[in-house]
Amino acid sequence: MTTGLMTRRTLLLTGSAFLVTGVSGWSVPARSNGLAPTPSMRGGSNNYRPGAPIVDRIGGGGFWMTGTVRRAGDGAPLAGQRIQIWAHTTEGHERDQRSHGATLTDANGVFRLEMPQIVPAFGQPHGHLAYDSGEFETVFLRPVMKSSADTSLEAHFVLQPA
Amino acid sequence: MSRLRAFLIWAGLATIVVVPILAAAASPLLQWRQPVYIAAGFAGIAAMVLLLLQPLLAGGYLPGVSGLRGRRLHLWTGILLVSAIILHVGGLWITSPPDVIDALLFRSPTPFSAWGVIAMWAVFAAAFLAAFRWSLALSPRLWRRLHTLLAMVIVAGSVVHALLIEGTMETYSKAALCALAVAATVKVIVDLRIWARRSRGES
Repeated sequence: MTTGLMTRRTLLLTGSAFLVTGVSGWSVPARSNGLAPTPSMRGGSNNYRPGAPIVDRIGGGGFWMTGTVRRAGDGAPLAGQRIQIWAHTTEGHERDQRSHGATLTDANGVFRLEMPQIVPAFGQPHGHLAYDSGEFETVFLRPVMKSSADTSLEAHFVLQPA
Repeated sequence: MSRLRAFLIWAGLATIVVVPILAAAASPLLQWRQPVYIAAGFAGIAAMVLLLLQPLLAGGYLPGVSGLRGRRLHLWTGILLVSAIILHVGGLWITSPPDVIDALLFRSPTPFSAWGVIAMWAVFAAAFLAAFRWSLALSPRLWRRLHTLLAMVIVAGSVVHALLIEGTMETYSKAALCALAVAATVKVIVDLRIWARRSRGES
């Protein structure tokens, strides 16, 4: 005959079972074996203009913006991804349409876009990059040049499927 | 004070004021900036220069403008300082609104922005204290200590703000101007014995 009362044994069993599942349930599933997605940087989206055209070169060139695009988790290079780039350069302000352009990554997930020399603006020589094509989560980057005399700047994306 | 000494002090001060401005005017960055952005930058440089003048006037160190005349000029210089800051922030806002909004909300990626914004609010607070000095009915000593405390925040915040920026100001003249502003501020605080139990001028 069963009663509605819990015996001490069932209390201990269910209690410990609850503890085990409860505690382990709090821990996030292991992602540490994979590549973490790149978070957007503060101020990265400032003066963004959606839909910058894909160009061979922004303005007269002379400065190289380079980087890679990979998939979060397995780190696989992502080909054909559109990266938008803009900055305050010798040829225009960040807000100017002519300061904006986009390029696609190659088969190795590498992008390279020639643009005018970036000059210090708002206190730092920096560039802006965006991925916002939709297949992956949107990321805005704002890398800073070590020296304003540099003639290239790198930025790397690790994207997470949207 | 001899006339020669007075002349030398004023000539020295004029040099300290003019050199950083001329050096900034020679900056290569100017050729890639629009007039509004350039004006905003120079308003900031003018504000840094005024920060050096303020303690010198408050302490009555300048020949011909000691005592009450110095304090009266300190008031007018303060009004100029508030105006310069409004032009500085306003001009930057026109140049790049999102960068200024980030700075004002303390979420800017550039650490100097926060220092500048803190100094700006301290300037407004110090000006508010001065404008409503009589209606606030604070004791003279408390008023003086509050105004001085804000002045310290203003000078410290502005100096860090300016030194961290890579802009039109030339490095050495900027550092010298900052050092002199700090030195003048420390000197006037010590000389006027702001934190003594009885400050000078009180019986």
